[in-house]
Amino acid sequence: MKNLYKVLSVLLVLGLVLAGCTPAEPETSEPVVEDKPLRIAIVTPSNINDLAFSQSISDAMITLKAEMGDKLQYDYSENMFVVDDAAAAIRDYAQKGYDIVIAHGSQYGSSLQEIAPDFPETVFAWGTTVDTFGQPNIHAYEAASDQGGFVNGVMAAMLTKTKVIGVVGPIETGDAKLYIDGFVAGVHSVDPTIDVRVTYIGSFSDVALASEAATTHLSAGADVLTGSAQMVIGAIGKAQEAGAYWFGTQADQTSFAPDVVVASQVYHWEVIFREIFALRGEGVLGGKTFSANLKNGGQVIKINEGLNLDQAVLDKANETIQGIIDGTVTIP
Amino acid sequence: MISDLFTATVLIGIISSGIRLATPYLFAGIGEMFGQRSGVLNLGVEGQMLLGAFTAYFVVLRTGNLFLAVLAAIAVGALMGLAMGFVTIRLQATQGIAGIGFYLFGMGMSNLLFQKLIGVVENINGFPILKIPLLGDIPVIGEIFFQQNLLVYLAFLLIPVAWFILNKTTLGLKIRAVGENPEAADSLGVSVVRVRYFTVVLGGILSSIAGASLSVALLNVFQQNMTAGQGFIAVALVYFGSWRPFGILAGALLFSMVNALQLWIQVLGIPIPSELAVMMPYILTIVVLALSLSKGKGPSALTKAFEREG
Repeated sequence: MKNLYKVLSVLLVLGLVLAGCTPAEPETSEPVVEDKPLRIAIVTPSNINDLAFSQSISDAMITLKAEMGDKLQYDYSENMFVVDDAAAAIRDYAQKGYDIVIAHGSQYGSSLQEIAPDFPETVFAWGTTVDTFGQPNIHAYEAASDQGGFVNGVMAAMLTKTKVIGVVGPIETGDAKLYIDGFVAGVHSVDPTIDVRVTYIGSFSDVALASEAATTHLSAGADVLTGSAQMVIGAIGKAQEAGAYWFGTQADQTSFAPDVVVASQVYHWEVIFREIFALRGEGVLGGKTFSANLKNGGQVIKINEGLNLDQAVLDKANETIQGIIDGTVTIP
Repeated sequence: MISDLFTATVLIGIISSGIRLATPYLFAGIGEMFGQRSGVLNLGVEGQMLLGAFTAYFVVLRTGNLFLAVLAAIAVGALMGLAMGFVTIRLQATQGIAGIGFYLFGMGMSNLLFQKLIGVVENINGFPILKIPLLGDIPVIGEIFFQQNLLVYLAFLLIPVAWFILNKTTLGLKIRAVGENPEAADSLGVSVVRVRYFTVVLGGILSSIAGASLSVALLNVFQQNMTAGQGFIAVALVYFGSWRPFGILAGALLFSMVNALQLWIQVLGIPIPSELAVMMPYILTIVVLALSLSKGKGPSALTKAFEREG
């Protein structure tokens, strides 16, 4: 019996060794052409229906899915505000063999820097930023939100009667700051005497504080408001109560307050991602920086048709948009 | 520039904003105070607030009935409190961690329910401004104090009621005894378990109403994670207020009014960087705490599970 066991165990070990000795797949970095669906994973810091930042990437995926049908499959992890959670999710997706992992949050940079080299076959897309760390498989994308901000500002300047405009911002950084700076520039390009007050409430999610910020602006005489990030719904609510105009960004906020939302700067990230898909098809997995702007359709100013705005305002808006695209209008 | 702050509009604005901002802290803080006074630490306030906020919002969205919405929030809060009580009193799990578990549950559940049942952010008609006749007409004072909505009034009325219950009733005596020396209370025939269940359920109810005050009274909207940490600040305010209702009132008002002040500072263009302005309420609270002479010791049996011997 003992001998039988010995023989069996030797055979077992031999079998395992042989199995491990299958010839390695030839190394290729040629174009990735396959019939399998493209698998995409998204990691985002807030909820996908926040009517702002995360909603924009979700909307982009929905659009792409409608275009590509079964050829596209995507999954997402939302509410990954804590960087460690996001890093774990990103690594997890890459390990599971997703083709493209989108890290939709500027705070995810250092995590990507660590993770990307471990998965050279995976395309990583990092937004909103311009840094690819020189990694061959990291793309960077951002929105030129100052452009849309500028157009919104131009319209706001024409609509304000009290010549006081209020801005409710989250934290003075990144996309929000870019939008708000563009907005202020846009207002002053039409009328430098208009008083634009900017408050940063210090949070992306404190709806109550955003609401009080809007109330404060309104008490201080503002009749047009704007703001950035998902907590602005508190501000929009107050704007609606007071009948003050609202300019939105990141997503189309018209549905929330159709009586007062004049226009929203909507991001169409799918413009960028179509390019990223194409590049992947050619074997380029990273290294490029993309911008969603008015010229490439990555940014669209969605005007609330239901408001029946003055034609002069609409004309000036279109003129400004065209000017930015042509390069004749520069944003300071 | 700083002199701009001393106009009537600004002062009215700061105080009335402060009153509105303080409302959820008052509800949640008093709820937490009762629990802690009886010896139970509940860190799940944020989760209870979120579920309460969602529940009330959902009921108003579907039925338009504000009263029903508050009742529903009370029911949900009571259930959460009951669950917390079971875990910490009966199963004697570590209170702090159990609380965090309920926070995560409340946050996740409210997110899930919102995504599955509603999915899109929209606003509702919540509690309207209720102007108190006569008192509401007083210039300045009337505008600040007597033109708020019902839940704001209830939050402020809660303070003296809580004080009375805690200090002038037998129930309050039992609560305090159970929190200071549960063994002695037990030997005198007080059911420690029953008292603690009561306070924890009450805490759950009040936290839930705090959340409801956000979604159907102050903001009239629900968004995932809309409480943004207010539940934890409410717990901190209990410590700040030395476990006393009027102390909690002072803490909530201090924090909220300085928050309102920093908003006005930014609006008026007073040249303080926004990052510093935003820090002001937190820094001031810490400074006041450091300087305050009467530092309460806290209930001696706080976080200690009670096991009946013999």
